[in-house]
Amino acid sequence: MTVPTTTAELPGGGQASAPKISLRDVTKRHDTQLALDRITLDIPVSTFFVVVGPSGCGKTTLLRMLAGLDAPSEGRIDIANSQPGHPQNSMVFQGDSLFPWMTVWDNAAYGLTMRKVPKARIDEVVGHYLNKTGMYGARTLYPHQLSGGMRQRVSIARAFANDPDILLMDEPFSALDEQNKTLLHEELLRIWEETRKTVVFITHSVDEAVTLGDRIMVMTAGPGRIKTIVPVNLPRPRKVVELRHTPAYGELVYDIWAQLREEVDRARSREPGSKA
Amino acid sequence: MSAGQTRSLWSDRTISVLSPLVLLGLWEICARTGIVDVRFFPAPSNIIGHLFELASSGALWRHVGASLYRLAAGFVVGCVPAIVIGLAIGLYRPVRAAFDPLISATYPIPKSSLLPLILLIFGLGESSKIAMVAIGVFYPVVINTAAGVRQIAPIFLDVGRNFGASRFNMFRTVALPGALPLIMTGIKLGAGMGLVLIAIAEMVGAKQGLGYMIWNAWELFDVQTMYVGLFVIAIIGFVMNAGFDALERAIVPWRKG
Repeated sequence: MTVPTTTAELPGGGQASAPKISLRDVTKRHDTQLALDRITLDIPVSTFFVVVGPSGCGKTTLLRMLAGLDAPSEGRIDIANSQPGHPQNSMVFQGDSLFPWMTVWDNAAYGLTMRKVPKARIDEVVGHYLNKTGMYGARTLYPHQLSGGMRQRVSIARAFANDPDILLMDEPFSALDEQNKTLLHEELLRIWEETRKTVVFITHSVDEAVTLGDRIMVMTAGPGRIKTIVPVNLPRPRKVVELRHTPAYGELVYDIWAQLREEVDRARSREPGSKA
Repeated sequence: MSAGQTRSLWSDRTISVLSPLVLLGLWEICARTGIVDVRFFPAPSNIIGHLFELASSGALWRHVGASLYRLAAGFVVGCVPAIVIGLAIGLYRPVRAAFDPLISATYPIPKSSLLPLILLIFGLGESSKIAMVAIGVFYPVVINTAAGVRQIAPIFLDVGRNFGASRFNMFRTVALPGALPLIMTGIKLGAGMGLVLIAIAEMVGAKQGLGYMIWNAWELFDVQTMYVGLFVIAIIGFVMNAGFDALERAIVPWRKG
């Protein structure tokens, strides 16, 4: 699957080593509607890569293609596999994606169980991530007995426990209230620091993007194209609440919001009745 | 669960136990005071007394045993293919295309009107009774199973694929448990339909069973025996439903709340 790339001036590039994820002219059409238009992008290993864009810009489509749940209409996606025997990706889905018929534990262990990992290893790994997300005490409960925030914690534990090459997150916190969101940002960053897996994270929140990301890609209103990619040079490990008080954080949020604003306005101007 | 919910649940249960008892009490009073004609509506105490007579003579158990055997056999014969076909209809479009019109065309036919045809095909023996029950069980189970698979949110199929579920595991860990609540609904409806049909089927060309007992009692104008038959069928229906509810709670623990 690995494709040696020697490109120097790609939008997401800038790193000498081979990219972890590389997209070349990836285009997606839904029927005749162009959803994504020639996305070319390199994501270096261990990068927390955030994608922001107005609603309907094809963010989720992009992620589903990275997950292999959808195929691009044109172009190619290469994901370098560094851990043989491990799944290429695991996704944290938007909204409720825990199986209602499984306990917290069985949900978190799902990927490992499907891969027939030895039980002792499953116990160890799942126990670790349920502890990290503070859900170990709730391991025998069913999802309907949990709050939205708790469910997303389990969903995150499930993805990390599966130990994939890359993690894909599709607006995982969009349904949560501010307090829960902030707590989960801190927890996610803490868990991520341990593993430093390559993450592609989709959001419509600029705050969330700057809080979490190493690089932020702003997409244009549909059809989705890359508008710009902004590096976030805020130090790690980050403390979410303190970080948000720093001037550097404010500047970044302002810059990205300004970029995004144009696209949101453009998307909105198309709204009243006029269809493409 | 809050204290208020617990209390209202408890009082719901009290009401559902009390309401038939109150009705029986009223009936008893009406029968004893002559408000209703005891030739048609014998007092419940007399019916229960007669029930014990029939039970101790062994006649009742013979009829109950025959009906329960046919019910159980017909249930298995109808339910197993219904679940398999229902899952296939829900999962695979060509199967749906093949079965949907057949099912929607034959479903509205009153099952009891099929009895003459079933007797023609299977004869007067056990197999015609079992076939009637099986037909009654089949439809609600197949329809609910197919609907159960199709109402599974697509995100769960995505999760299964994303986390590497094989085709078999997709079926075992996603489709079957996802459809299980509706499958159970279908099974409960089907079992009720089976009970209705066994009583009807036994009225024709049977030598034992509760349906036969009721029909025979009518021919002999033995009204009390007729009521015993009806009463026992009601109890079987009640116990069956309670049993399936308990089964559902055991195998669908996530449906609570």
